[in-house]
Amino acid sequence: MAEPALVEVRGVATMLEVRGIETFYGAIQALHGVDLAVRRGEIVTLIGANGAGKSTLLMTICGAPQARRGAVLFEGNDITRLPTHEIMRRGIAQVPEGRRIFARMSVFENLQMGAAFADPAHFAADLERVYTLFPRLKERHQQRGGTLSGGEQQMLAIGRALMSRPRLLLLDEPSLGLAPLIVRQIFETIRAIARDEGVTIFLVEQNAFHALRLADRGYVLVNGRVKMAGSGAELLANPEVRAAYLEGGAH
Amino acid sequence: MAVATARPAAPAGAPTGATFDWPAAAWDALVTGLLAGALGLFMVGFRTTDYGSAGLQFEYHLVDLLVACVAIFLGRLALTAAANGWPLVTFVIGAALLAAAQGLKLPSSFLTVVISMIGVALMLRALWVWLRRSSGGSAAIAGLSSSMGQGTQRLYPWFGAALLAFAVVMPFLPFADQKVMDLGILILTYVMLGWGLNIVVGLAGLLDLGYVAFYAVGAYAYALLSTQHGWSFWICLPVAGILAAMFGVLLGFPVLRLRGDYLAIVTLGFGEIVKIVLQNWVDFTEGPAGIGGIPGPTVLGHVFAEQAPEGKTTFHEWVGIEFSGNHRLIFLYFVILVLALITNFVTMRLRRLPVGRAWEALREDEIACQALGINPTNTKLTAFAIGAMFAGFAGSFFAAKQRFISPESFVFIESAIILSIVVLGGMGSQFGVVLAAILLIGLPEWFRDLGQYRMLAFGLAMVLIMVFKPKGLVSHRDPTVRLHPAGAG
Repeated sequence: MAEPALVEVRGVATMLEVRGIETFYGAIQALHGVDLAVRRGEIVTLIGANGAGKSTLLMTICGAPQARRGAVLFEGNDITRLPTHEIMRRGIAQVPEGRRIFARMSVFENLQMGAAFADPAHFAADLERVYTLFPRLKERHQQRGGTLSGGEQQMLAIGRALMSRPRLLLLDEPSLGLAPLIVRQIFETIRAIARDEGVTIFLVEQNAFHALRLADRGYVLVNGRVKMAGSGAELLANPEVRAAYLEGGAH
Repeated sequence: MAVATARPAAPAGAPTGATFDWPAAAWDALVTGLLAGALGLFMVGFRTTDYGSAGLQFEYHLVDLLVACVAIFLGRLALTAAANGWPLVTFVIGAALLAAAQGLKLPSSFLTVVISMIGVALMLRALWVWLRRSSGGSAAIAGLSSSMGQGTQRLYPWFGAALLAFAVVMPFLPFADQKVMDLGILILTYVMLGWGLNIVVGLAGLLDLGYVAFYAVGAYAYALLSTQHGWSFWICLPVAGILAAMFGVLLGFPVLRLRGDYLAIVTLGFGEIVKIVLQNWVDFTEGPAGIGGIPGPTVLGHVFAEQAPEGKTTFHEWVGIEFSGNHRLIFLYFVILVLALITNFVTMRLRRLPVGRAWEALREDEIACQALGINPTNTKLTAFAIGAMFAGFAGSFFAAKQRFISPESFVFIESAIILSIVVLGGMGSQFGVVLAAILLIGLPEWFRDLGQYRMLAFGLAMVLIMVFKPKGLVSHRDPTVRLHPAGAG
């Protein structure tokens, strides 16, 4: 289990593959050769402590910052050197850390921005889909994004990302700063998105318990290296993982 | 004076006059007055004046100083009284100061103005206390102002329509003499510039302190093309707009990665560079001497003049009316009105298009924009280019109207005024820009009788707007899509 089981997951079904990624901030190396893969239809989570490089890895997939060495492949195509906005137009959507909704624009306008590069023919249907997933957003569609509660903003950020009809959804700490009950709801919705919409999900989380329970597979990142990999249940049962990330248990 | 109001004020509606310590308040006011006197003694009290052969001699302005100190003493006392539940005292002192300033022969007109203003301010302070009491506390005021706010929000389209109707008929009203027309043209020019800058600052959120550079590019483009190549205004207008837009892109490229303060500094520098080039490239721009004899706009080739130049006909002969100098002004007025309306129309349309929505999203969050596949480079460059293009249009209009331009017309203060119009109007609000332009350009012109104090009134107006409407005159943002209350789905 100490070795990421890459050979198994590689193949036609591989949606996202990260090969030996090394990312630097100036002279400081944040990622030391990370390998991981996400298969079509999977929920894969990346857990790790503060500063382990989880968000850096997610941002490297998005091309900001770009990896200095290694490659990112999406559906078999190398996207390592593409500018961020090009990557995001290829069927990847990102729910950024801290939600980053457009505060002065209405809920509807936020969702509209999400569909900026989607086929306008699907707009009405996609909007209905998001409103079905998050009825709260429909209730508040004319309200300014900035006046929503934290949980509603997270819903909006996810809804906005879904409006681009992504095949792969990247989520960066969706539980950040939310009450436990809301966190549970958000994770339920993520499960529903994967199950009902067939969207592949790559989830970066500090909340290891919820993330591993949700995920098909997980990776543990320590100081810019993948230290462990395995199914969600395996990792949840692993004493090392329990000691390092699940101290305090299921809160 | 602000210190007095900052004291813990008595709860509204509960007169606490009984506990008000008059001697302490008087002592406090006296100290304030003496302090002001000590501070002002060397700045106001003495002045050295050069008497030529008699050399430098002191002039004494002790009476001015004394009057000022008395006014400060009374003002401080009045404010303390207002803060402690004695608005009547405040009102009486305010009225007394106003009456004294108007009635007595004070040593300088500056003192008259300042003391009158203190008097009015004190009376307003007293009225404020009464208003809070009569409406039963601040909650009622808050409710009142918010319901008024919602009411005015609904009225904006009507205000706008009324203002537009007035703008259209204004030149034909009896009071529209040359002075009024000039002022109207000036205000409309700034409305147009404000709307143009609103694209860059209000929508895209890029703080541009060098906007006047594009105005200058437009003005010089028309001036040079018309005086040296004989191009007509109507051909030069689009050319000037395109040239300015190219300068917008030129500025845009190096500042793409900058935000906020850094962007402001670089754009400020860009504005100065353009002005300095205009001043020093004498062979091309005539330098500080400026370019004169710029032809005005024509109507289908007919010029506005009493005597037609060779090979041309005049407008009044063509139409068959008697010559009047006002015709030219009325025509210019409508040209700038139409140009401004085009600016507004294009901006309103763009806001509803993907590019306009991307500008606003970029203002809100650049990283989120990238995550949604928006190219921030293109988005910023289009904002700079389109904003600059409208400044270019306005610039060539300015050159055609003034018939003389020099680098002096394109100094930093112009950028600052245009930016103030956008900020005071409420960033991103088209109607707010109109209000702010009327206030900021109109008031100083109307206040010209105040002489050197008109800038004081200008500053006061700005401070008051920022105190009472910190988000600008019209802080409401219209959603780009109106939905039926039943829902969008």
